[in-house]
Amino acid sequence: METLIGLLVAAPLLGAGVLLTGGRRLDRTGHLLGTLLSLLSFVFGAVLFVNMLGKDADQRALHSHLFTWVPVDGFQAQVGFQLDQLSMTFVLLITGVGTLIHVYSIGYMAHDERRRRFFGYLNLFLAAMLLLVLADNYFLLYAGWEGVGLASYLLIGFWQHKPSAATAAKKAFIVNRVGDIGLSVAIMLMFTTFGSFAFADVLPKAQDASATQHATVTGIGFMLLLAACGKSAQVPLQSWLGDAMEGPTPVSALIHAATMVTAGVYLITRSGAIFNAAPDAQTAVVTVGAVTLLFGAIVGCAKDDIKKALAGSTMSQIGYMIMAAGLGPIGYVFAIMHLVTHGFFKAGLFLGAGSVMHGMNDEVDMRRYGGLRKYMPITFITFGLGYLAIIGFPGLSGFFSKDKIIEAAYAKGGTEGWILGSAALLGAAITAFYMTRVMLMTFFGEKRWQPDAEGHEPHPHESPSSMTIPMIILAFGSVFAGALFSLNSRFVHWLEPVTGHSEGDSPVSAGTVTAATMVCLVIGVGIAWLMYGRRSVPAVAPRGSLLTRAARRDLLQDDFNHVVLVRGGEHLTRTLVYLDHSLVDGVVNGTAASVGGLSGRLRKLQNGYVRSYAVSMLGGTAVLVAATLLMRAV
Amino acid sequence: MNPANYLYLSALLFTIGAAGVLIRRNAIVVFMCVELMLNACNLAFVTFSRLHGNLDGQVIAFFTMVVAAAEVVVGLAIIVSIFRSRHSASVDDANLMKL
Repeated sequence: METLIGLLVAAPLLGAGVLLTGGRRLDRTGHLLGTLLSLLSFVFGAVLFVNMLGKDADQRALHSHLFTWVPVDGFQAQVGFQLDQLSMTFVLLITGVGTLIHVYSIGYMAHDERRRRFFGYLNLFLAAMLLLVLADNYFLLYAGWEGVGLASYLLIGFWQHKPSAATAAKKAFIVNRVGDIGLSVAIMLMFTTFGSFAFADVLPKAQDASATQHATVTGIGFMLLLAACGKSAQVPLQSWLGDAMEGPTPVSALIHAATMVTAGVYLITRSGAIFNAAPDAQTAVVTVGAVTLLFGAIVGCAKDDIKKALAGSTMSQIGYMIMAAGLGPIGYVFAIMHLVTHGFFKAGLFLGAGSVMHGMNDEVDMRRYGGLRKYMPITFITFGLGYLAIIGFPGLSGFFSKDKIIEAAYAKGGTEGWILGSAALLGAAITAFYMTRVMLMTFFGEKRWQPDAEGHEPHPHESPSSMTIPMIILAFGSVFAGALFSLNSRFVHWLEPVTGHSEGDSPVSAGTVTAATMVCLVIGVGIAWLMYGRRSVPAVAPRGSLLTRAARRDLLQDDFNHVVLVRGGEHLTRTLVYLDHSLVDGVVNGTAASVGGLSGRLRKLQNGYVRSYAVSMLGGTAVLVAATLLMRAV
Repeated sequence: MNPANYLYLSALLFTIGAAGVLIRRNAIVVFMCVELMLNACNLAFVTFSRLHGNLDGQVIAFFTMVVAAAEVVVGLAIIVSIFRSRHSASVDDANLMKL
């Protein structure tokens, strides 16, 4: 069984290697090979899952040590895999949703001449993400972490002939670097404090850290949070996510549902022991989560680009997860549960959006859609089920997972609990609003599409079955996953041995929270219907209020970055250049000039007259003799 | 006779020689003054040899003479060749070795 863990990572890695080096001769079959290897990885995962279910809860973790990667005295970086319930959950999500996205891409990328390369990158993405969740130490996790960053860069910038895509890829890569600094600093701190970076060493040691180590553990927590912010697009490192929509739609689905943005949640949940020992870092985590869940939701409300509206939604939903993970043992399980259900419905929504774009000549502006439910019935139904799941319609996946997070937020207790819970409730209302808006603008109302610049009238049509089948499967997941997990608290019992779990002491009853969520849901949907369902949607965006205009510009995040970081950086470099020219060059040139001047004067002594040399010899000798005599006398 | 007198004479000769080297321009005269300084030293050596009652100083005096003879050979050759090319024996005319 242990060998299978290695094969789990090896299969997509092999696919990436073969597809990226195989050349043109694989153009016809490459996509099938990539999909097959991804499916193979899923099958391995499923076998391991069944095997794991057959064991007792505390015997389930598998460990497989492959080799020592960096053997230096005291610094032993191992390549070893650890498969426990938490990793297993991620493995099934990554390979399962990943495989569906592979299948979908066969249809979506059918007319792209670089399709083979695309599948190579997809496989690389899966391999890196699997390495990340299977690593048994932070060093190997970091390798997977960077691999994910690389693969996302390659995929976001896949249509590199578009300058906007190339820029978006660079932006994603650079913003992720900032987060990566956090992870590398955290690993260094772990190594100096605990002498190791294996999960098995660091986490127990962090749990019973001495008082002197406490500050370091808090520091590690903050650095891990910074890392999670970068990968999971949380405030303040969220700016790359919206631009990342420049990549092909399956990539967006993969980044937002199965890989990449979930890495931050994984990191925080995996490092739970560190955060439990550092309450200050936990407070920072819940703050970041709560701010981001509102931030993303507000941005999602104002976007007319269907993919960017969904991107705002992802940011917001990941905010829920980060917040839940920051709540400690009362929230870890629900963070992961929401992550899995979100994986289903967000992948479904993105694939649905891709299907709509596929039928509409790659138009992304929702103001140019309208009334598409007649033309794309399957897309409409699957997208609709994803929509009901994400707003938390009773009985669907999102209902169970989001409700639990809101309950856990209230259960945090005190003023903090009330603030977090209320933020989560408000987020639920805004989610209902913006998702209803997307739904109404796309599938309801009258048709608003127009011929494009070259005069082609779009002919909306249903997508081929290679695209609709994954959407249907994901829709099933969106509908049933939540109920399946929540029945008898099955998911809680499943993850409890790894993450730990405690029922919080909530000041409000679970029934009250559910009722409040439902009220928020109805209010959100109602407002959206009043604004976009009852009235017709203008084809050109109205000017909008100040908040709307700010939200259209991603709540001025790019402007903020530009003013503070870009301008600030420019001023800093100019100051440094000035200092370099005046101060450093001044000292260097001044030294050279004074030495030159001095030697110019000394040169005069060499005048070519033998007699003057003789005088200096005589004088020198006299001085030497006098000195010798003086020394003798003393 | 008091041996100190020899030393006085030696110092006197050395001073005359040194002054000559520094003051005179004619290379031949400068050269002779150098010889004068060497011989002043020889006189001092021999005097000290006598004072201390051993032969060390006298041996060194012989060495000095040998070195002086060799030096005369080389020095005169240089002076002659400078005179041939510049038609002057003045040390101040041979001042090309400068920056």
